[in-house]
Amino acid sequence: MAVTAVSGSVARPIPRLRRMEDERWLAFALLVPTAVLLGLFIAYPFVEGVLLSLNSTRVGIKGEFVGLKNFDKVWNDSIFRTSVWNTFWYTGVTTVFKLALGLWLAILLNRHFRGKALVRAFILLPFIIPTVLSTFAWKWMFDPTFSVINWTLFQLGFITQRINWLGDPDLAMTSIIIVNVWRGVPFFAISLLAGLQTISPELQEAAAIDGARPWQRFWHVTWPLLLPVTMVVVLFSVIQTFADFQLVYVMTGGGPANATHLFATYAYQLGIGTGLLSEGAAVSLAMFPFLFLIVVVQLLYIRRVETR
Amino acid sequence: MAKTKRRSVLKLAGGTAAVSLGGLAGILATGRTPAYAQQKTVHWLKWVDFVPATDQLFRKEMMPEAEKALGIKVNLETVNGNDLQPRVTAGIQSGAGPDLIMSFNNQTYLYANSVVDLTEIAEAVAKREGGLFPYARSICSDGKMFMGMPWAVIGGMIAYRKSWLEEAGYTKFPDTWETYREAAKKLKAKGRPMGQTLGHTFGDAPGFTYPYMWSWGGKEVEADGKTVVINSKGTIDSVKFMQGLWKDGMDEGGLAWDDTNNNRAFLSQTISATLNGASIYIETLRKPDQYKTEKGMPMNKDILHAPLPKGPAGQFGFHLLQSNMLMKYSKNQDAAKEFLKWLHTEANYAKFFNSQKGFATPCTVKWESDKLWDEDPVMTPYKVAARLGQAPGFSGPPNAKAAEGLSKYIITDMYAKAVQGMPAEDAVKWAEAELKKIYSA
Repeated sequence: MAVTAVSGSVARPIPRLRRMEDERWLAFALLVPTAVLLGLFIAYPFVEGVLLSLNSTRVGIKGEFVGLKNFDKVWNDSIFRTSVWNTFWYTGVTTVFKLALGLWLAILLNRHFRGKALVRAFILLPFIIPTVLSTFAWKWMFDPTFSVINWTLFQLGFITQRINWLGDPDLAMTSIIIVNVWRGVPFFAISLLAGLQTISPELQEAAAIDGARPWQRFWHVTWPLLLPVTMVVVLFSVIQTFADFQLVYVMTGGGPANATHLFATYAYQLGIGTGLLSEGAAVSLAMFPFLFLIVVVQLLYIRRVETR
Repeated sequence: MAKTKRRSVLKLAGGTAAVSLGGLAGILATGRTPAYAQQKTVHWLKWVDFVPATDQLFRKEMMPEAEKALGIKVNLETVNGNDLQPRVTAGIQSGAGPDLIMSFNNQTYLYANSVVDLTEIAEAVAKREGGLFPYARSICSDGKMFMGMPWAVIGGMIAYRKSWLEEAGYTKFPDTWETYREAAKKLKAKGRPMGQTLGHTFGDAPGFTYPYMWSWGGKEVEADGKTVVINSKGTIDSVKFMQGLWKDGMDEGGLAWDDTNNNRAFLSQTISATLNGASIYIETLRKPDQYKTEKGMPMNKDILHAPLPKGPAGQFGFHLLQSNMLMKYSKNQDAAKEFLKWLHTEANYAKFFNSQKGFATPCTVKWESDKLWDEDPVMTPYKVAARLGQAPGFSGPPNAKAAEGLSKYIITDMYAKAVQGMPAEDAVKWAEAELKKIYSA
């Protein structure tokens, strides 16, 4: 009776509001802004990129449909092949170093010591400083004439001649790898530190009581629990490093003689520098299958670890 | 109290403005704000001048003068020369950007569809100033239109340390590649190599490698502008010679240099000679107390300039030609044209020319007899840069294909690959394949 009385005294909601009570409509309404943003800033440029790579557009000249000709052209391009190799080498080597050094740093930072908060803040500096700015500083340190690294090595008696950091193809690649690792380690360290802090100390203590040595505690307790976080961090890092641009552009511009071009820098040189927009788009898109594969493999792995 | 209606306010406002503007209705119909509220702005994008005094002159004196004289606002933006091409591409593709953009060499051909024809202004200036040098005409005009307004030629000459060359036994700068290599070898043994960039940079790299290749008889294409002939004995000889020269006498850091590195290396006394505009010498004139020789004398007393040496096929020069392109997307084309005309009036151009002290050689004949060239004999070699330059793509036309080859640094990379260890024949074959891709498209 009472229920009937209450419902009778309240005005019925207007149909529009009632529709929002339906979870499907509400979900749709809440998703629309995200879908619009994703469509506008990710799907649209991506589709435009695909269309561009399939025609013969040059700067200021609208092209016509040429199918996969641009891809065929870049596939037979020796600079492109160098860029593919460089990108894999650059991503692989830097990721290994960033992971190893980042993990090491995270474990150190996870201990208790005086000034812990300050050290953690300082560790983040390379990551906070704008890449272009810090890379310019590194460029000066590797400068063919004024390198402070060469000066120091010379003063210490380790070298008698200047090391041609950015003028030698292998050393130039090593130089950009060093800078990328320097810049990327804090991201790994802080993310892994956050992961380490979620691991209950009781698990470590229980293992220690059972007689596990530090290495065994790390390998059998810490590492398995840290793995999901590690995989996500590695995934982000691989994507970012694979598509890296600014560091190489500032340090070497892809030189000497195209020896350090990555996908992104070569696409930029072709598309924006020379004005061959479609070829540039093709180089840029060639990154996609590789990245897609890496992402799929890693996401599947993360899922497996999580459902274990 | 009388009630004021919204509509009556609109009518009043419209009526007041109607005398000159056609009222709000007119404004709404045209979609433009009233003329008195619009000051036309011309956005001019140019390189950061290697002679800082010129950019100061533009900013502090000339642009305010132009604004006063033309009733426009001039927005002068300067960027590193290597960043001009990306800005042009971004502007054209987005349909917005600077109204006037400085272009280097035959890049003008790459943007021919996106620029406004400047024939009228260019021909008027040429007629008034005794004619335009063929080098500037071939680069800025395809015979149908002027894609850029010829601005100046930045001559590329070898700046060298007179006393160091004399110590090595050379009273004048070597005039053949053989003697150049000999001298470089002796100088490098004393820790004073010659310096040259083989990097991806707009000026000094192609300014050296193109004339070097031509002087050995190498060239990209035949006069038909189609047949790629770079794989020739002349080119291979030049590459082999470069491999030896690089090890014997050059600063090997040059592979990573841009257009500024050789200036710094020369001024810090680590190299004895380098192909350059006159900016090194001009900098030492500007700061005589800062730049001194190891003996304590002003460095500017110890610098001379010489053209690139000759090879078996002759002596050549490729000097950076600058022009200003008026972009088709510009909404201020008339104002930009007026500004260009104003810049190129004799009195105004003279201010620019004098501030450069010979770093820039004008593209018209008249200026060759200017008294500036008599003021400092060290600068005299630059006087003929605009007369003697040869454009990329030789012996074909300096068209879009030649510009593409230049923008991709194919000739420079051919030498860079060889000095890094690639066999000369392979380096030339690589360049041939790259050029064929361009010329067959």
